[in-house]
Amino acid sequence: MTNSVLVAVDGSDGGARALNYARERAKLGGAKLIVTYVIEWSPYSFNTPEENAERHKRREEEIERATSGVVEPAATLVAGDGIQFETVVRHGPPAETLIKLAEKYGVQQIVIGRRGQSGIKSLLFGSVASNLVQTSPVPVVVVP
Amino acid sequence: MTKFFGALTALLLLSLPAHAGFDETINEITAPIASAIGSFVFFKINVFGAGLPLVVLWLVIGALFFTCYMGFVNVSGFKHAVQLVRGDYADPDSPGEVSHFQALATAVSGTVGIGNIGGVAVAVTIGGAGATFWLIVAGFLGMSTKFVECTLGVKYRNENLDGSVSGGPMYYMKKGFEERGMGGFGKFMGTFYAVGIFIGALGIGNMFQSNQAYVQLNTVAGGALDGMGWLVGLILAAVVFAVIIGGIKSIARVTEKVVPFMAIFYCFFAIVVILMNFTSIPAAIGNIFSGAFTGAGVQGGAIGALIIGFQRAVFSNEAGIGSASIAHAAVRTPEPVTEGYVSLLEPFIDTIVICTITALVIGTSQVADPNFAGDATGVAMTSAAFERQISWFPLPLAFGALLFAFSTMISWSYYGLKGWTYLFGEGQMGQTIYKLIFCAFVALGCMVQLGPILDISDALVFLICVPNILGLYFLAPIVRREMISYKARLASGEIKKYNH
Repeated sequence: MTNSVLVAVDGSDGGARALNYARERAKLGGAKLIVTYVIEWSPYSFNTPEENAERHKRREEEIERATSGVVEPAATLVAGDGIQFETVVRHGPPAETLIKLAEKYGVQQIVIGRRGQSGIKSLLFGSVASNLVQTSPVPVVVVP
Repeated sequence: MTKFFGALTALLLLSLPAHAGFDETINEITAPIASAIGSFVFFKINVFGAGLPLVVLWLVIGALFFTCYMGFVNVSGFKHAVQLVRGDYADPDSPGEVSHFQALATAVSGTVGIGNIGGVAVAVTIGGAGATFWLIVAGFLGMSTKFVECTLGVKYRNENLDGSVSGGPMYYMKKGFEERGMGGFGKFMGTFYAVGIFIGALGIGNMFQSNQAYVQLNTVAGGALDGMGWLVGLILAAVVFAVIIGGIKSIARVTEKVVPFMAIFYCFFAIVVILMNFTSIPAAIGNIFSGAFTGAGVQGGAIGALIIGFQRAVFSNEAGIGSASIAHAAVRTPEPVTEGYVSLLEPFIDTIVICTITALVIGTSQVADPNFAGDATGVAMTSAAFERQISWFPLPLAFGALLFAFSTMISWSYYGLKGWTYLFGEGQMGQTIYKLIFCAFVALGCMVQLGPILDISDALVFLICVPNILGLYFLAPIVRREMISYKARLASGEIKKYNH
């Protein structure tokens, strides 16, 4: 395990708060940041033939949007702090993908923001934060 | 033939202010043409007193050949197909493309249609219980045909400038033959196929579906929709219009999500009905086997049952038609043969599982009460079999039939579109014209009776089997080479399994 922290960003306020927290933590402890954007995607969804035919194009667009819209601005901030970092944009189910990446990079901690969903909504759809807390092999910091 | 359908569409659109006899008028016009097309495509030779359509023989021999030539890939490749669909071999570092599961689900949505509910009833009515046996055999052999055509579909697809992909038999024939130094022939075959799939999309993937959905709705409504086919047709056409022209993706998306659950729901209740008829199960299974080899009471005996079984199987699972390869071509994989493996599950799910279950629902009902359905055929007969045990079931069945019909129409609108764009290019204007024609035929399908519709639909679909299977014979060695190389790399561990 290396002195590194995986931080999840998604362009939301919660993601920004998570990034700020992770930057502070990295500055203090000299940790490396893995700035991650997970694009929600499931290999088990049902699509029309037309959606399938256009999937590759859409995927490129999604990655481009996540990279230039969220990950690069985050990376600029992190670089400004003089912190070591890497960026990852990955498709997949959010919690599961974050865990896989945490394992791949051998991070000590995962930092994510809270979306602040209402009780019923999170009951129905679950929340990434609570899924992650339940299943993560490393400590998870949920930034409110 | 295109000209004729064009004229027919124009006629339909011009006479839209409908009157009571409108449905009948349409019927009178289509019936003789249907039988003419039918007798041309289904040119029969006499085998032991039964008329064997040459085109069915063509398909069966093809499926048998591919099964042997590919070393019974339908058996040996089954386990690997399941592993691929499960994502065991998916590279975890590049997710986000169309997965094997998605490609399979899309293709299955296209094939699981009215044929699985109504087509089986037609088979059993004409071919007796024994037709079920041959239906299953045809499904089993058809797995190999699918393997070959879907591998080729991925291998020879086109990547368009905008990043989307177009594939299918027209592309593999054109490029595959070109590679073998037969460019001219390949071009001809590709064009022939493209014309065929375009017209076939209007039959099997369109009119037959909307027709049977209407029939089932009418049955549930207790005949209240008699003579109102034009109205149901127009409504259905309007919804299809909203999706394929209006771009209202949410309707399509909802349908694609609901269809798999409907299929599971259907199978579940079908098994419930079969279990409720449990005393009839042994006799029903006995009838299937004895009927398969004696053909008692069937015109043409066992051969007659065989012909009907094979015909219905192809109509349901589309093996040999090449349509699935258009759907599978969307998958980005460095190994085209993996799509072949995945696709062989389609005839299995569609024919060996779902059709067999339907056949058993009807078969066990027949044993218990030979006249359970009265004069009903097609979907109405299947519905009656369900109703015997579960009185409320025709209603969800009608809903399911409507959804199956709808999702099949959406899939086929795409297949037909690919034929069209192969012929006329990817221009938007042309695509819209095609889609308008497609919608007109949805409406038309509800206005004619089952007989002529089935004839036209069957004929058109079997017609495109001719160039497709011919192409497959020529290109099969390429698939075989790929398969052998793939298997070797699989065994050596060069192709990694990520999930253990």
